[in-house]
Amino acid sequence: MIWYTGKRLLQMIPVFFGATLLIYFMVFSLPGDPIAALYGDRPPAPGVIDQIRAQYNLDKPFIVQYFIYIGNFFQGDLGTTYSGRPVSDVMAKAFPITARLALLALAIEAFFGILVGLIAGLRKGKLFDTSALVVSLLLISVPTFVIGFVLQYVFAVKLGWARTTVSSEAPLNELLLPALVLASVSFAYIVRLTRASVSDNLNADFVRTATAKGLSRRRVVGVHVLRNSLVPVVTFLGVDLGSLMVGAIVTEGIFNINGVGGTVYKAIKLGEGPTVVSFIAVMVVIFVLANLLVDLLYAALDPRIRYAK
Amino acid sequence: MLSGCAGGEATPAEGDSAAIITTNGSEPQNPLIPTNTTETGGGKIATSIFAGLVSYNAKGETENEVAKSIESDDAQNWTVTINDGWEFTNGEAVTADSFVDAWNFGAKFSNAQSASYFFDNIVGFDYEADSELTGLKVVDDSTFTVELASPEADWPLRLGYTAFMPLPSAAYDDMDAFGENPIGNGPYMLDGEGAWEHEVGIDLVTNPDYEGVRKPANGGLNIVFYASMDAAYADVQGGNLDVLDAVPDAAFESYESDFPERFVNQPAAIFQGFNMPYYLEHWSGEEGKLRRAAISMSIDRKEITDVIFQGTRTPATDFTSPVIDGYSDSLKGAEVLEYNPEEAKAKWAEADKIAPYTGTFDLAYNSDGGHAAWVDAVTNSIKNTLGIEAIGKPYPTFAAALDDRAADKLTGGTRAGWQGDYPSLYNFLAPLYQTGAGSNYEDYTSPEFDALLKEGAAASSVEDATAKYQEAQEVLLADLPTIPLWYSNVTGVWSESVENVVFGWDSVPLYSDITKSE
Repeated sequence: MIWYTGKRLLQMIPVFFGATLLIYFMVFSLPGDPIAALYGDRPPAPGVIDQIRAQYNLDKPFIVQYFIYIGNFFQGDLGTTYSGRPVSDVMAKAFPITARLALLALAIEAFFGILVGLIAGLRKGKLFDTSALVVSLLLISVPTFVIGFVLQYVFAVKLGWARTTVSSEAPLNELLLPALVLASVSFAYIVRLTRASVSDNLNADFVRTATAKGLSRRRVVGVHVLRNSLVPVVTFLGVDLGSLMVGAIVTEGIFNINGVGGTVYKAIKLGEGPTVVSFIAVMVVIFVLANLLVDLLYAALDPRIRYAK
Repeated sequence: MLSGCAGGEATPAEGDSAAIITTNGSEPQNPLIPTNTTETGGGKIATSIFAGLVSYNAKGETENEVAKSIESDDAQNWTVTINDGWEFTNGEAVTADSFVDAWNFGAKFSNAQSASYFFDNIVGFDYEADSELTGLKVVDDSTFTVELASPEADWPLRLGYTAFMPLPSAAYDDMDAFGENPIGNGPYMLDGEGAWEHEVGIDLVTNPDYEGVRKPANGGLNIVFYASMDAAYADVQGGNLDVLDAVPDAAFESYESDFPERFVNQPAAIFQGFNMPYYLEHWSGEEGKLRRAAISMSIDRKEITDVIFQGTRTPATDFTSPVIDGYSDSLKGAEVLEYNPEEAKAKWAEADKIAPYTGTFDLAYNSDGGHAAWVDAVTNSIKNTLGIEAIGKPYPTFAAALDDRAADKLTGGTRAGWQGDYPSLYNFLAPLYQTGAGSNYEDYTSPEFDALLKEGAAASSVEDATAKYQEAQEVLLADLPTIPLWYSNVTGVWSESVENVVFGWDSVPLYSDITKSE
């Protein structure tokens, strides 16, 4: 187990270098001169652009830019944005808010998704099950921004139960509405995953054996059915944490949350290599760790899976 | 003059003089150093915390602030006298040096300030090396003289622009740190260290010592930065924002009914059109002139502004903007901007006699800026009138489109726009159409236009200058280096708790006049 974890952690090193090099190259390859574009239709004096390009090393070849970035990275300097702010400051502001939002959404979708999916799976074909299927189908087919705008209009503008946008401190109660929007689609998937998995497992041999041994229904469902049914759900949740963190850009825009998605989007549009790569590097680490956690959870959930050498 | 009439007459302030007005903004692109603030996000803040020699009222006229007088006999040698008693919020007096040093800082090559070119008409300016503005001479604490390289009758008009603000001597110790917590002399000041929370907003409070013409009727400003105007609009609806100066496209249909009596829709100092490069076959010489006129007359501007923009654009009649003094809707040759399919076809046919046109007409735009809808409408209008293939040519980003423009690699027309820096005809003409000018990407050159511009600049009065600039525009109407489309409007809404919301010539509300009752 420890050996396995260590091996997986070591694998992060090539992933880190590969991902940063690739992303840096992609930002570098974006068409157009990012500095000239900063000034829009009113170009400054030509000398101004050249000096600023030099200041951000944009006048050097790609690979030199990359190694300057990596060199500084290991000295704890992530570079600056084109407005002169240290990228580390930008990250220190964006990540905590996004992490709170993503974890809140993850908690909501996991709790309600598994609960509804379990009940639906146990009562397959009944009214609850059919309604759950219809609702989840609706949530999957309606785009997130529609759900976002509708919830914002109804609950914040019309009813006044929530604040229309999230204030700068982003307390949990203000994040609840955006988190609901963010969780909606994944919630639907989790309901369907859990339901299918539960109804499969109800017919599995080990469940029949458990029932035949005379275990209570509560124990059969709670320990044998649910625990085994969670394997695909946990996989989904692990991957979803990553997409919730970067993919919240639409929701962040609707509720004016200054988070990771919006910051990366803006940086890509500006062609800010250091900002994009620094954010992506952290995202890569989060993805890898989340996947590792998922793999380790498999062993805990399904006794048939063991990580030997 | 259309500007500033939609907010109603200013009534005696009955609001709470300590109330903080909340409004929308965007993260400044650079630290708040006036000479490095040339975009709207930072400009809005810089004009609130600094007071220059003059400021602009709602009509775009200048009013003296720090200046007592700005005088010249020959439009080339200016004497500026400043009022006594002005102070920066750190207690330092505003003197002639505060201006001269700040302008020298802004103009210096190695400081790489984005507004450096605003000083290029002052003697001593150099685009390629560090040099002192020798045309600026301090006479005494309250007087300095300015020698321009060439006469410019409306030079004082530009002095309300952010680039010409004074700086306290404390700024020069560490300019970047100063830009984080700027110290100004304007109607507002930062609410303590760190009042600017990056990407979130900035808190301004009234400057108790300010005695200029923009004395605030409220207690301060909280400018909230929005990535999406839809969120800002929802915030005004939800009561979290008092004043919004940019209604999002999605609300064009409904903002007038959502905010009855509390909206504005008036032309702004923003000109939009598209340019046809002179290096393309078919688009220069006599043939080019005919084709340009034909294209221009084949576009139904009224219909497009009504349908695509719901009346939030105003069809163009010149090359400037209705909010600028000297704007005209009756220039000689302006009929070329009217929809006239028969005449368009006739001119196109005439051009075909010189050299037959083949291929597809394309119009370049950046697809990240919401331009696709009107570009399609314009190309369809051209296609339907002239019977040629016309399509939009999207570039993924503004940078990509700019690259091809700058490298003379366009295959057709390109979207072009200009927002006035200061309310002057000259500012809408010289940077865009003068031979070799910074934003003249499509290589337009006309000795006649250049000469008229020069004569206008050297005219002894603003009236004479205006006449010359209008004449210069008539040259443009004949040549059409750009096909004018429309003026962007400023569309704004405000909540029930605020009054006296009047938008200035620059599309920014005159914050100091706004009153708020809780």
